Amino acid sequence: MITTAVQEREHYLNAGYGLKSWLLTKDHKRIGLLYLATITLFFFLGGAFATLIRVELLTPQGDLVSSETYNKLFTMHAVAMIFFFMIPSIPAVLGNFFLPIMIGARDLAFPKINLLSWYLLVAGGLFSLFAMIAGGVDTGWTFYTPYSTSYSNGWVIATALGIFIAGFSSILTGLNFIVTVHRMRAPGMTWFRLPLFVWSNYATSLIQVLGTPVLAVTIVLLFVERVFHLGIFDPARGGDPVLFQHLFWFYSHPAVYIMVLPAMGVISELISAYSRKPVFGYSFVAFSSVAIAVLGFLVWGHHLFVSGQSLYAGLVFSFLSYFVAIPSAIKVFNWTATLYKGSITYHTPMLYAFGFIGLFTVGGLTGLFLAALGIDVHVTDTYFVVAHFHYIMVGGTIMAYLGGLHYWWPKMTGRMYPEGWARLSALVIFLGFNLTFFPQFILGYLGMPRRYHAYPEEFQVLNVLSTAGASVLAVGYLMPMIYFIWSLRYGKIAPANPWGATGLEWRTASPPPLHNFDETPIVTHGAYDYTTVMGEEIEVG
Amino acid sequence: MAEHAQAESLALRVQFDTAEQQKDASTLGMWIFLITEIMFFGGMFAAYTVYRTWYPTVFAVASTSLNAPIGAANTCILLFSSFTMVMAVRAGQLGHQKMIVLFLVLTLLFGFAFLGVKAVEWNEKFEEHHIPGQAAFHLEGLPATQQGNAQLFFSLYFAMTGLHALHMVIGAGILMVLIWQARKGRFHAAYYTPVDVAGLYWHFVDIIWIFLFPLLYLIDRHLGK
Amino acid sequence: MGEFQLFPVQASSLAPEVDHLLYFLLAVTVFFTLLIFGAIFYFAIRYRRRSEKELPHVVHGGYTLEILWSVIPFGLTMVMFTWGASVFFAGARPPDNAMQIYAVGKQWMWKLEHMEGVREINELHVPVGRPIRITMASEDVIHSFYVPAFRTKQDVVPGRYTTTWFTPTKVGKYHLFCAEYCGTRHSGMIGWVYVMEPRDYENWLGGGAVGGSLAENGKLLFEQLACSNCHKDDNSGRCPTLVGLFGKDVQLSGGGRVKADEAYLRESILQPQAKIVAGYEPVMPTFTGLVNEDQVVQLVEYVKSLGPKPVTPANAAAAAPRAGSAVPAKK
Repeated sequence: MITTAVQEREHYLNAGYGLKSWLLTKDHKRIGLLYLATITLFFFLGGAFATLIRVELLTPQGDLVSSETYNKLFTMHAVAMIFFFMIPSIPAVLGNFFLPIMIGARDLAFPKINLLSWYLLVAGGLFSLFAMIAGGVDTGWTFYTPYSTSYSNGWVIATALGIFIAGFSSILTGLNFIVTVHRMRAPGMTWFRLPLFVWSNYATSLIQVLGTPVLAVTIVLLFVERVFHLGIFDPARGGDPVLFQHLFWFYSHPAVYIMVLPAMGVISELISAYSRKPVFGYSFVAFSSVAIAVLGFLVWGHHLFVSGQSLYAGLVFSFLSYFVAIPSAIKVFNWTATLYKGSITYHTPMLYAFGFIGLFTVGGLTGLFLAALGIDVHVTDTYFVVAHFHYIMVGGTIMAYLGGLHYWWPKMTGRMYPEGWARLSALVIFLGFNLTFFPQFILGYLGMPRRYHAYPEEFQVLNVLSTAGASVLAVGYLMPMIYFIWSLRYGKIAPANPWGATGLEWRTASPPPLHNFDETPIVTHGAYDYTTVMGEEIEVG
Repeated sequence: MAEHAQAESLALRVQFDTAEQQKDASTLGMWIFLITEIMFFGGMFAAYTVYRTWYPTVFAVASTSLNAPIGAANTCILLFSSFTMVMAVRAGQLGHQKMIVLFLVLTLLFGFAFLGVKAVEWNEKFEEHHIPGQAAFHLEGLPATQQGNAQLFFSLYFAMTGLHALHMVIGAGILMVLIWQARKGRFHAAYYTPVDVAGLYWHFVDIIWIFLFPLLYLIDRHLGK
Repeated sequence: MGEFQLFPVQASSLAPEVDHLLYFLLAVTVFFTLLIFGAIFYFAIRYRRRSEKELPHVVHGGYTLEILWSVIPFGLTMVMFTWGASVFFAGARPPDNAMQIYAVGKQWMWKLEHMEGVREINELHVPVGRPIRITMASEDVIHSFYVPAFRTKQDVVPGRYTTTWFTPTKVGKYHLFCAEYCGTRHSGMIGWVYVMEPRDYENWLGGGAVGGSLAENGKLLFEQLACSNCHKDDNSGRCPTLVGLFGKDVQLSGGGRVKADEAYLRESILQPQAKIVAGYEPVMPTFTGLVNEDQVVQLVEYVKSLGPKPVTPANAAAAAPRAGSAVPAKK
């Protein structure tokens, strides 16, 4: 038995105290927690904006806030959520904490760059926060020209700079992960013995490294046009506003895979752990992550079907968009097959995993609607799209993130969360989520455009349902905030392997020692070999 | 030998098992970073490609208005600086500390020369009223209706050479740090990775210029023109 | 129009086609959703852990299953792609005999202009059963012309023309929305499309033409701006004649040909140096800043009225004088 009281031995949390030991740390585990704090703040900021949006949309008239304020609300909601919550979330919190441990390393390849990544996120966040407080920006998170370059009166540049800086945080994290996985695996840890969480984060890192720089240069061009009046996208000088869209979406489409691939990695871990079985079709799941990363770069034009792009370009992008759906489908089938003849428990992380698979399936399938040219003409720029991406990002990624947080909470903190409350909040989140976003599919097909402050009366009932759901969802999100903090002091002391799971992180104490392992592990079997775990009869629960 | 071993263990970071692993990781890291830089500049090359395809004659006339001999001189300066950078890495391999410093300094001087020439060029553009976005913009040889399109060329010219110059400035900063470290005896045959890796960066910035020069300066040029 | 509905009305010839594709996609979605949800639900209960020490046998995957559940979904997606593409192409190309209307989007209103000179703001009256082609321009930022009942949408981009078209099939009143975020009053840039019986449309049209047709106004502008000094009917000026130009292929200096369509005419007015007709000097000044998009539309329609038009029954009918409506005088 490796049950150890938190207070008695040295580990990464008590290896140093004081502000400096956190703000100047090089420990990937502490950096993961720094990210956790930062992104949680931005999550609640983005959530506050969402609350105001949904309250405004209770009535058809724009009567809660002015149009200008409303436009700033949806812009800032998206900026906060996408760049300062979703994109960092799983890689920078869970990936940072666990990727080195999962491969048997003492830390990432470049710990100081890892800390720099966090500071860049914070700096970018401060710029964007400044923009929000100083008056806000109203261009939409997509910053389409010429509105953003020549017409908007908001704090475009400050926000764009914030995103630019945060982009480098993302690039450096990706770079760090790639080098780490290539060069720092423990003896015996071959590529095909890696946990699928590592494969997913690796594939995500490829996207971060290749795609984010294009966003950066797009922002540079936006900057020089707005500030110096250079004419890159200016139609009066023969420039093309649609060129901005191509450049923007060249990153922003792969960005959605940055947001979902790590979540898929978490789900692989959860499904396996709580079925006590290896993931079915391991190599297919592993390769599908890489396939999604590659194919994800080829489909950006599906955001431009009605933008004035040529019909033939539309054909190509529609075709490729269907291609990229297949690896995701492969994952869903493999996860489901993992459950077959498993030994399944209903701990909270598993509930989140079930929720993910269901909601990601719906979200992903609605992507097929959008990829169909004829249907997209009708539903693009409507609430159908809003529902689609929230199903994947909230119903998918955020549920996976919460599932992962719960799964690894004992390892990170040495404490168990309260299972009863956690299960309840998972249920509340699931129900609240569906009530919020399902009506939006209907609203979209009916024709309600997105980014609308006021809307025709006949859309009100569905909007009210959606807002009702949002209030339930908000309650669901507050609950973990409360009990996670509660658990830090009052939670049950966690053993090294509360779930009887495989993976090197469960072979070390909860919380782990400063350099992760007392001795570098030698790996002799695959990632999901339960016979060894069960053989050692590690006490479960 | 003992000195080398000691230096090696001093430079070895705790997350690495061997010095070789550390060097491999650093080198791989820099290559990945350079790939991100390719994507970064790539966006501007994409914009250039689109607008040159749409406005070929305008781009040709605008390109001809640039000072090709000065651009060519700058190209040579950068090529020389890459040479001195290679020599600095070589000095590192051989452990010749003074030579490391000398060649790094030469590289830095070439870099400054490049930036100086660039500043002169940009000033020339300002005096010729070729700064886009200004009311006084006018490119000779083109009618009024194409002045807007010409501004597109110059917007790309300033954006691309500006971004490149920014990378040169950062490179100069890196060189200055390295010179300072080299003078303190930090590098020798067993450990000169920072010089190596900075060399990769410097060469990359040079290669970007090798692409920028013909694309911006040499459209529709003929010798003797 | 204020009642709650769950599904939009079908008011164009395209709408049922789009909806049929939707039904297919819905069927596939529901099938796979139920399949996955059902399998998870069933497995989660059937294979729940019954004792702490139980260790399941590893079930080995195989290529067959993986290939099967890759290929079958792929086949389904290819059906979706092909079907979606065919609906798209059906909606992308207006028939030659479509009635022409112009739309100018600006923050935050739609200006609709009928050929006969009737102008509407945020409203569009059209006859049922006829294909309508809308050529659109923006005066400022990107907008998007969206009529959910017709299932059509097309972005309106500054600096160029874009087109959308539909054949209304049901008399009634339908929402018109701007569907590309364009600033403060984006959600106020809405209006109505009124589909009327042909007779009612003619009556409506007859009562509304104030100030002449588009082509007539274009002719006035043509003379005011001194275009006729160079563009003479008999081709004796320094510039090519515009009579008979519309729809023809134009030979450009430096090689290349271009079709003289609305976009070419617009470009020639605003950026005359972009394409020079073979055999002529580039002497035309630009009119950017001297004419707005409305006026460009009028000039374009005037030039079109000089040109050869394909003789179709619709045109022949339009050319015949009708009682009570303003008919553009053709040269």
